Amino acid sequence: MSSDSPTFSLGKVRIIRVVEGLGLEIFTPVIRLLAGDDPKEQVKELARSVGVPLLSILAFLILWSNLAASVETRIGSLPGPAEVWTEAKGLVAEHYAERQKAVEFDQRMVVLKEKWEAEGRPWKNRVYSGKPTYFDQIWTSLKTVFAGFLVASLLAVPLGILCGLSRTMNAAFSPLIQIFKPVSPLAWLPIVMILVSALYTPEHPFFEKSFITSALTVSLCSLWPTLANTALGVASVNPDHMNVARVLRLPWQTRVFKIVVPSALPLIFTGLRLSLGVGWMVLIAAEMLAQNPGLGKFVWDMFQNGSSATLAQIMVAVFTIGIIGFMLDRLMVILQRAVSFEGTVSA
Amino acid sequence: MALLIPTMATAQYPEKDELKFGFIKLTDCAPLVIAKELRYFEDEGLFVTLESQANWKILLDRVIGGELDGGHMLAGQPIAATVGVGTRANLITPFSMDLNGNGITVSNAIWEEMKLVDPALAVPKPVHPISADALKPIVDAAKDIGQPLQMGIVFPVSTHNYEIRYWLAASGISPGFYTPRDTTGMTDADVLLSVTPPPQMPATLDQGTIHGYSVGEPWNQQAVFRKIGVPVVTNYEIWKNNPEKVFGMTQEFAEKNPNTAIAVTKALIRAGKWLDESIENRKKAVKILSRSEYVGADEEVIAASMTGTFEYAKGDKREMPDFNVFFRYDATYPFFSDAVWFLTQMRRWGQIGEAKSDAWYDEAARRVYRPDIYMAAARALLAEGHLTAAEIPETDGYKAPDSGFIDGKVYDGHKPNEYLSSFEIGNQSSVGKMTGR
Repeated sequence: MSSDSPTFSLGKVRIIRVVEGLGLEIFTPVIRLLAGDDPKEQVKELARSVGVPLLSILAFLILWSNLAASVETRIGSLPGPAEVWTEAKGLVAEHYAERQKAVEFDQRMVVLKEKWEAEGRPWKNRVYSGKPTYFDQIWTSLKTVFAGFLVASLLAVPLGILCGLSRTMNAAFSPLIQIFKPVSPLAWLPIVMILVSALYTPEHPFFEKSFITSALTVSLCSLWPTLANTALGVASVNPDHMNVARVLRLPWQTRVFKIVVPSALPLIFTGLRLSLGVGWMVLIAAEMLAQNPGLGKFVWDMFQNGSSATLAQIMVAVFTIGIIGFMLDRLMVILQRAVSFEGTVSA
Repeated sequence: MALLIPTMATAQYPEKDELKFGFIKLTDCAPLVIAKELRYFEDEGLFVTLESQANWKILLDRVIGGELDGGHMLAGQPIAATVGVGTRANLITPFSMDLNGNGITVSNAIWEEMKLVDPALAVPKPVHPISADALKPIVDAAKDIGQPLQMGIVFPVSTHNYEIRYWLAASGISPGFYTPRDTTGMTDADVLLSVTPPPQMPATLDQGTIHGYSVGEPWNQQAVFRKIGVPVVTNYEIWKNNPEKVFGMTQEFAEKNPNTAIAVTKALIRAGKWLDESIENRKKAVKILSRSEYVGADEEVIAASMTGTFEYAKGDKREMPDFNVFFRYDATYPFFSDAVWFLTQMRRWGQIGEAKSDAWYDEAARRVYRPDIYMAAARALLAEGHLTAAEIPETDGYKAPDSGFIDGKVYDGHKPNEYLSSFEIGNQSSVGKMTGR
């Protein structure tokens, strides 16, 4: 098969589409290179999309390293990339050490179980109750942000569609939205904490109160971008489409789900993407105060330690939070591409 | 089938054995940490998770709300909650976690001024205890120019609050009063006391936002290590062997789970005893406490106060084997007279709004402090051979009249109103009038 054949080109285009669908479009020039497209242009593209960012990251590391060496405060010197890397490795090592302790605990429990059963004492299966490791905390944060984001989206999307379709509803909700939108999570948190404390009192709670408090605070702060963008997207549906729907006398469900939502989808997804970003930021603040055992609590606990490793540990957390935030954003882009029509996605 | 039939034997097992306790990152959370790490809790059939809390308020709220089954608490917290100062809840304590352990640190600038006022302080090893007399002219000068000194405390009903107030008032400085309208305690104050979380104290001291603070370890030694302040006095010198932290739980929890309460107390008593057994044990404790999930501060900072010494101005290290006391001198027994002292100080500064009878103080103390649980635990440990009979106090709950105060006053727990009347600064017992300036 020669590189001029249409089958080849089609195959190449298909591969590129898959790659872009996975959010890895920086590798497109590589594929094109392999397919024999104009090498000079592909190399230039590659240099710009991969080479330049790598160089800038390198420059940042060098700048940081020099800055850290020169800044000495009484609370400690600013850690450079090397110290932060050391602390990161330390956290990973602690994770494995803790898992090892869990294994030892299980072994002890086997012995204890025999002892108790010999005494006639009722036995329950025990789980190791050590500290949550760094990876446990990352996982808790992710679970919490998704819980909050889900609640926010389930509220914001229908409300946004309603506000976008009906100008009366929009007028009704608008003042409330404008007032509650700028409220900081730190102001919502005490209210949410008190409400959850008073209202969530089951005998055997499935969710921890701190989890619910953090998730709800995330929802309260992150539903606004989705709401606003959904309303805008719905309101900007091509009026011709709505006229056709009226002529055909389509029921409202068809109008909403077949016309309005698909047209508004790009803006809805823009809103969701912004909401997830806001939610991730809010989560860290909420966790610090609600004591949800995630990355926010990690940062606060390390700050409270006041040890010489504290600043470096907090910087590890800063990078972790940033990288995860970046990956969450890419996830939303991939989802957006999956459900959008071609040519409507702005990466 | 056998598991479903309650036997006589199960009547003595803990009712709830998977527990979560909260603590604050201060070195005197040691009994809890040791009880867990040395598996004393496991020996009692308890499976405990220890979780550090962001601050005292959150810890208190979570214990009251049931998310935490119990916690490391300031001695004043269960008392205040039960009598209605601050958040209202019925809390009890069966175990006193430690004695002493706090210090008052001032900024370098204030220390320099104090040395100018009192040249006796300007030597490498000044005579201790240092009273607030050298501070008084500085306080007055600051007040005259309209910028009164600011000092940090950790919580409105904390021992640190009552200690710094005692220390200031003993030298004629008014630390401010609480009134029905003023819940911040700054009425008629010569020095303004405000709440700052312990980890932020060194930074705020360095910036000059506060001029001093009263806090537990490792925050006084941190100031010395980072050269931003000088501890001038410890609470050991303000009131020798004063009660400091307790282990608190809700009354409801203790009523529903009496065996659990006793089992927890047993493990904690064993941990306290281990901590005071030897300096070697203290050093091992320091290693454990310096882990990031516990106190997390650097080992040398924690060791500075927990292994028998305390450092004042940099280079002025003194022997102080009783800076932290976890078991000696009946430290673990919850004495009613300790509770009454805190109640008198709450009345002295106005947190308790009206005068109360001596009987009221006694009755309030008996509601909160539970030596009955302690004695049940101690007797069980005696039977198991972990305690000797000599280590269990025989008392009616009131210590003998105590004169170990920096101003020489005598405290008799049976006579709280008489004690209150003996102070120049502070609400008097019956009249309820403030005598601040």
